[in-house]
Amino acid sequence: MSKVLIIAEHDGSELNPSTAKVVSCAAEIEGAQIDVAVFASTAGELAAQAADIQSVAQVLTIEREENEHLLAATLAPQVVALSDGYSHIFGPSTTFGKDLMPRVAALLGVNQISDIMTVLGSHSFKRPVYAGNAVLTVEAQADQVVVATVRTASYSAAAGGNTATISAAPLAVDLPTHTRFIDLQSGASDRPDLQTANRVVSGGRALGSSESFDIIYKLADKLGAGVGASRAAVDAGYVPNEMQVGQTGKIIAPDLYIAIGISGAIQHLTGIKDAGTIVAINKDEEAPIFEVADIGLVGDLFSIVPELTDAL
Amino acid sequence: MEKILVGLKRVVDYNVRVRVKSDGSGVETDGVKMSINPFDEIALEEALRIKERGEANEVVVVSIGGSEAQQQLRTGLAMGADRAILVESGDLLEPLGVARVFKALVDREQAELVILGKQAIDGDNNQMGQMLAAIWDRPQATFASKIELSGNSAKVTREVDAGLETNEVDLPAVITVDLRLNEPRYVKLPDIMKAKKKPLDVLPIADLGVDAGPAIREVSYEPPASRERGIMVDDVAGLVAALKDKGLI
Repeated sequence: MSKVLIIAEHDGSELNPSTAKVVSCAAEIEGAQIDVAVFASTAGELAAQAADIQSVAQVLTIEREENEHLLAATLAPQVVALSDGYSHIFGPSTTFGKDLMPRVAALLGVNQISDIMTVLGSHSFKRPVYAGNAVLTVEAQADQVVVATVRTASYSAAAGGNTATISAAPLAVDLPTHTRFIDLQSGASDRPDLQTANRVVSGGRALGSSESFDIIYKLADKLGAGVGASRAAVDAGYVPNEMQVGQTGKIIAPDLYIAIGISGAIQHLTGIKDAGTIVAINKDEEAPIFEVADIGLVGDLFSIVPELTDAL
Repeated sequence: MEKILVGLKRVVDYNVRVRVKSDGSGVETDGVKMSINPFDEIALEEALRIKERGEANEVVVVSIGGSEAQQQLRTGLAMGADRAILVESGDLLEPLGVARVFKALVDREQAELVILGKQAIDGDNNQMGQMLAAIWDRPQATFASKIELSGNSAKVTREVDAGLETNEVDLPAVITVDLRLNEPRYVKLPDIMKAKKKPLDVLPIADLGVDAGPAIREVSYEPPASRERGIMVDDVAGLVAALKDKGLI
């Protein structure tokens, strides 16, 4: 039987929704027992949130001062110490999981499967390669532990309402001190998080300046949407990089995605392929974004966007 | 520091529209332009800048593959690397095998810093740097957008989902780089001529005695599911109506 250990992602107070998405993926492995490990300095509230996720059998808490910040170098040896008896160890393919899971895999002496998008069997999965231009079916060896990251845009978060057992899992592991957290500067905003928002409005280079992005923010606020941007807009310095949507930024799957002044480079389309409905507003009717848009509108964004904001 | 090791992977050029072969055995590479993985180019640029600031003495570029990868190594030498090593391997290595090859080279070369691209744009694995750091038992700083060296440590700003995280790592360390770290230099013709005289050692992979680890078998490739073209509306009223129709507003 498959036994899956999922490494929870959190910011110290809230569980990241990526965790419940990884649970959804793990639940597709037939008959799997799913445990979630919460590494934190204080795990109480986080563990309660993890125990609420459907399909989770058990939440393991590993409370240590060193786990205040989730650094791969300090987490990996603890995950390895906890891994005994598990057939699978999963994390999200967010920057947290991408940083941590290969370190775990290497310590366990196995290759890792990156970005699971489909579960075909306990050791058989599909994953995107070549910036999503090809889908590769891979098969891990049945006698080896499967260490993998899960492409969060491919799964919706598992529902709540569960009451999994919570138990402390003290680990006697020496941790390295060679890697130290200094600080995190976040472009803190009150808007919904780009990666988990149901609606996202993105602006491209056609906006022309960071000031012009105001009309994007206004539309997003009217819709209660997260705000994203194309790589061109980020490179032009209109908005910070954490807003970038695409293969080199964030891969997202909102119910509604509105692309404004974005031509639709392949690398951008890769980041929005799984969106429910894509709306494109662009003055160039030949823009590739219209090839994937469910609803397209050709015209001047500087008049259309304010008009749309008023109409909603 | 004495030495920085940089990995250069030969990949399908990022401007090429990749197509899956009809038999599903891989993607078309016949007659396709091959280049240095763009993230690796950024890694090399950073290593060269560190050297030019006088903070390192030598930059060594490394590639693993067939003799055709010499092309990418020569480009790296033309950019300014001092020396190149081609680890010759007929088989395509997975990230763990690559990390073990790099570990063997780190030991041989006594490198104090390894700078790598955060991922290669073919396999999109994003694993190798982290794996090297793990088996070397050294720090890793992934997705770097700023690197400041001071004595025996480095302060690295990392592009994470929540914003910019800064970590301090002791050296030796592995740093993997993201797009915004720098803009790689263009290679000039005289540099290409000069690069022909720089040393490029070819090392059969068997000499390193590396175990590639348990394989993850590639079963088949397929093109991604495509989205279909939708409807066009004429004005904002039409857009609002279409959104209402889909129950989105």
